[in-house]
Amino acid sequence: MALLEVEGIGKHFRGLRALHEVSFSIPQGAIHAMIGPNGAGKTTCFNVIAGVYKPDGGSIRFDGKPIDGLRPDQICRAGIGRTFQVVKPFPGLSVLDNVVVGALNATADVAHARKEAMRVLELLHLADKARHPAASLTLPERKRVEVARAMATGPRLLLLDEVMAGLRPTEVDEMVAVFRRVNQETGLTILLIEHVMRAVMALAQHIVVLHYGEKISEGAPQEVVNDPKVLECYLGEEAL
Amino acid sequence: MKLLFAGLPQRALAALGLFLLLLLVAPWVVNGYILSLLVVMLYFAYAGQAWNVMMGFTGQLSLGHSLYVGLGAYAAAMMFTKFGINPWVGLLVAVATTTAMGVIIGFLAFRFGIGGVYFAILTIAFSEFVRIGFDHWTWLGGSGGLFLPVANLNSNDLLNLRGAPVMFYYVMLAMCVAALAFCRWLLGSRLGYYWQAIRENEDAAAALGIPVFRYKMFAVMISSAMTAFAGVFYAFYYNNLFPEQIFSMGRSIEIILGPMIGGLGTLFGPIIGAFVLTPLADGLSELLQWVGIDVPGVKQVFYGVCLLLVIVFLPHGIWPVLARRLKLEREH
Repeated sequence: MALLEVEGIGKHFRGLRALHEVSFSIPQGAIHAMIGPNGAGKTTCFNVIAGVYKPDGGSIRFDGKPIDGLRPDQICRAGIGRTFQVVKPFPGLSVLDNVVVGALNATADVAHARKEAMRVLELLHLADKARHPAASLTLPERKRVEVARAMATGPRLLLLDEVMAGLRPTEVDEMVAVFRRVNQETGLTILLIEHVMRAVMALAQHIVVLHYGEKISEGAPQEVVNDPKVLECYLGEEAL
Repeated sequence: MKLLFAGLPQRALAALGLFLLLLLVAPWVVNGYILSLLVVMLYFAYAGQAWNVMMGFTGQLSLGHSLYVGLGAYAAAMMFTKFGINPWVGLLVAVATTTAMGVIIGFLAFRFGIGGVYFAILTIAFSEFVRIGFDHWTWLGGSGGLFLPVANLNSNDLLNLRGAPVMFYYVMLAMCVAALAFCRWLLGSRLGYYWQAIRENEDAAAALGIPVFRYKMFAVMISSAMTAFAGVFYAFYYNNLFPEQIFSMGRSIEIILGPMIGGLGTLFGPIIGAFVLTPLADGLSELLQWVGIDVPGVKQVFYGVCLLLVIVFLPHGIWPVLARRLKLEREH
């Protein structure tokens, strides 16, 4: 059974149709990617899944239970962690405390949460910044703090919104290795929105393509990047 | 107990101990005027600590904390003068009253997403409503005021809070220490982490599984409940209550100046702020009177100048800078 089943969801912002009849599903333990041009509705789709917006129609099931209409905090407690495309760190708190807040979702014991937070920071190569205030980090580092925070909540599904943006190729490869390792070791299911195709091709087993709020293609990475519709609207002919 | 002091360097513990010792012996050394000043300082340190839970920890700006002081004061004074019930039992009624008020304001604001400046205005509006209500509530004296029977200053009756200033001093000192320990415990708990997360970014807090509405309600409830004691103390120390004074916005501002100047969201900010501002403002008025200048509102002007100086030169308040200079910061 699929861990996440999105069926026919739609979302309008006044006259703008941001999402229309979008359906896809992610099996337990898989890594899927969502790609598409800017304004395609990828982040809106994340926000609908994460409970920021209520879908106008359709249904979302997580682990067999309907989750559409729940609040963001309820969705998180149900087991879906997310990052924000425009990062929202807790600037006045230290990097460690940022992640401790996430870890407290899984335990009420602060000492235990601190240990767990430290473990996640080490995993994401942020341990040496643990005492720094989050406001002092560079943008790629802040994106990693977002990932760490979301991972610390103990999710079964992780939604990553452009966490590789602004990274150097070697850093992208590092992050790819981290996600692959976590996925293999813990069976964490991942859905990532990403423009960095280097990461998408290395990580995703399956790609969903959105364009003007509609799903125009999906399938195995090689199939999708050779799909003429995808080439036309997003990747460009030269990708061939 | 161990948790409260965890991570504090030795010299910070020593400084804290010394400070407490000084406060403990102070009444035997100082004269009556200084003692009365110390009582006021402790009063503002306590009320500032309570307000800091809402603004400093959770980021919800209340400009109407005089409402909770006033309600607490009237609740306990009513129980005492009308029914002969001692202030410690009256405190329970006071806490219930202020918490209920906090729940009403919090529910209205947080359920409907009223934040920032609009929340601040709502808190002012409520404290004005209640002030006008008490102005017309003749059973509790109305605008003419409610008076407590003045006690014989030679015998200290702790149960009924009737006695000499020195007794009030120790009561307030004990409450300040208790409030400090309580806030330290809150800040180190899951509650404290969640409050700070909400203060820093509500959307991110919700995405990490924090039920934002519920935790904001906890903040307003704990803050208003703590403030109730400041009111009870005020009623029994001054023995007179006028709606015009106790519910006034000026009183709310006086409460929040301490933590703002001392350091928002810090544990010692409210204490440092109150200990710096109160004697300076009072000393200045005394000095001006002594040289024969009697300018009305000089205290307010002084507060304004202090606030300006702190905002310009110490935007995070006095305490963070002081703690760094004296190497008193907590190690993680």
